[in-house]
Amino acid sequence: MWKWLHPYAKAEKSYILSGKLMPWFLALALPTFIVGMVWGLAFAPADYQQGDSFRIIYIHVPAAMMAMGAYSTMAIAAFIGLVWQIRLAEMTVAATAPIGAVYTFIALFTGAAWGKPMWGAWWVWDARLTSELILLFVYLGIIALYNAFSDKVLAGRAASILTLVGVINLPIIHFSVVWWNTLHQGATITKFDKPSMATEMLIPLLIMIVSFAAFLGFMVLYRFRNEILQRESHRPWVIALVKSSSSNDSQGA
Amino acid sequence: MAFASFSDFIAMGGYSFYVWLAYGISLLSVVFLVINTVSKRKKIFSQVEQRLLREQRIKAAENKEGIL
Repeated sequence: MWKWLHPYAKAEKSYILSGKLMPWFLALALPTFIVGMVWGLAFAPADYQQGDSFRIIYIHVPAAMMAMGAYSTMAIAAFIGLVWQIRLAEMTVAATAPIGAVYTFIALFTGAAWGKPMWGAWWVWDARLTSELILLFVYLGIIALYNAFSDKVLAGRAASILTLVGVINLPIIHFSVVWWNTLHQGATITKFDKPSMATEMLIPLLIMIVSFAAFLGFMVLYRFRNEILQRESHRPWVIALVKSSSSNDSQGA
Repeated sequence: MAFASFSDFIAMGGYSFYVWLAYGISLLSVVFLVINTVSKRKKIFSQVEQRLLREQRIKAAENKEGIL
């Protein structure tokens, strides 16, 4: 029954499949981004306590959520890669890390720009902020480790192991607002209760989360294809691909 | 619409600096990521292309030597 999956362990098949999936992710990410941003910035009502500064939430929360989502994806891929020795899973780890790092940076930066007017400080060393900063360093560590080896098989394995070690940080980030006294507010959506947010504010937020998730998917597929091309660059199918693209270029010029 | 006018929208109820700073830097970092990703693909293609050309030149040179 699961035999149809098997060909996708072959790089060329995965390259083609991700190429087919990419436009769908982009087609989801772009309209939701425009709708969510216009709605969030211009149409959602101002917060009764925070005024218009709360509008930062429409990038802050999706970026933070997807930074952790990206890390979970990497952890699963790293586990699969290490246990079943699947190279493509390790390539997924390498492909996802830079996007996760950018999302984490966005979450931290927008958090600082939100914290300054609300808390009076760009940065405080509390549990949520510090554990999120550690997530950024873990991401940078994975990227640096992967780039430190010229042998990409070894690099993939090392990066996967580091990814699995860093998983310990995920529950710490999520529960940091519960376990420690902190300036950071508690969970808004991801809890076993009604979301503590007015519907007209919540809908654009959910749209932005979908947008960030779809864009993450798109970028992962793009970078995953880059990884495949890089590692298979001596294979006939890549050479044929390069030849056909360069002949297209010369026809166009 | 939560704002009466466009200048109200830009002012963001007095929080314009923080809101637009957050949105601006976020957009910039995503643009940076996209440029990095696309240029990497182009780099791989041009590397393979150059390697193929080099192999062609080597082959051509070897053939010449064979004739001489």
